[in-house]
Amino acid sequence: MLVNQFLLLGAVLFAIGVYGVVARKNAVLVLMSIELILSSVNLNLLAFAMRSGTADGHTFALYVIAVAAAEVGVGLGLVLLVYRNRRTISVDELSEMHG
Amino acid sequence: MVAQQVGFWILAVAMVVGALRVVTTRNVVHAALWLVVVLSGAAAQYVLLAAEFVALTQVLVYIGAIMVLFLFGTMLTRARIGREQDLDNSYRLLGVPVALVVLAAMAIALWRGFGDERLPETARPVPTAVVSDQIFGPYLVPFWALSFVLLAAVVGAIVLARKD
Repeated sequence: MLVNQFLLLGAVLFAIGVYGVVARKNAVLVLMSIELILSSVNLNLLAFAMRSGTADGHTFALYVIAVAAAEVGVGLGLVLLVYRNRRTISVDELSEMHG
Repeated sequence: MVAQQVGFWILAVAMVVGALRVVTTRNVVHAALWLVVVLSGAAAQYVLLAAEFVALTQVLVYIGAIMVLFLFGTMLTRARIGREQDLDNSYRLLGVPVALVVLAAMAIALWRGFGDERLPETARPVPTAVVSDQIFGPYLVPFWALSFVLLAAVVGAIVLARKD
């Protein structure tokens, strides 16, 4: 197996996630796109771990998974709060900082 | 080796299709379920990369916990479960060139950097004991930092979501 096939799969998933973050309006869907990006990073870390034959990449991948769990918890808490105050979770309508 | 290649490509196609559906579908619950396809495919790819413990953690944490959170978030912020028309914003077409530029830049860099370098054929699965020795040995300080991040996230999520 080539190193590049895993890295390019990660790159494709990363690009799709970037498109989702740019194009989506629903805040929950933006969070899902961020999950896609984090998942592609993990794929890269594990491909490099196999290439180098060490377990450092595995450690970092586990840390990324833990950070992703924390991020989703806080992110959905924020989305719930925004929904409760504004009755919408469209990120386009949260424009009070727009000059 | 051939079996691994076949498995890789089946999983890769499923993951890319699932990821495209996550960012294009008009139904939030369907997006969450397509995300399960992508994350399960990622777990299977981790097994191909000889990372069994990470694959197991991926299944437990992502598919077990994070997807439930997403479905709860969908349920609590939306009375309606079904098709919707206004999930994409007006910058949607801008997203395509942005994503393509990002992909092209990474693809060129990866191709120049690694070419057709192969993964070691004789790689053994990394034992979980080695991973735990790493976490509780050289990477102990990041582990502590991560514990604080998780504690702060739990407390913060409760504070944010409280009614009063």
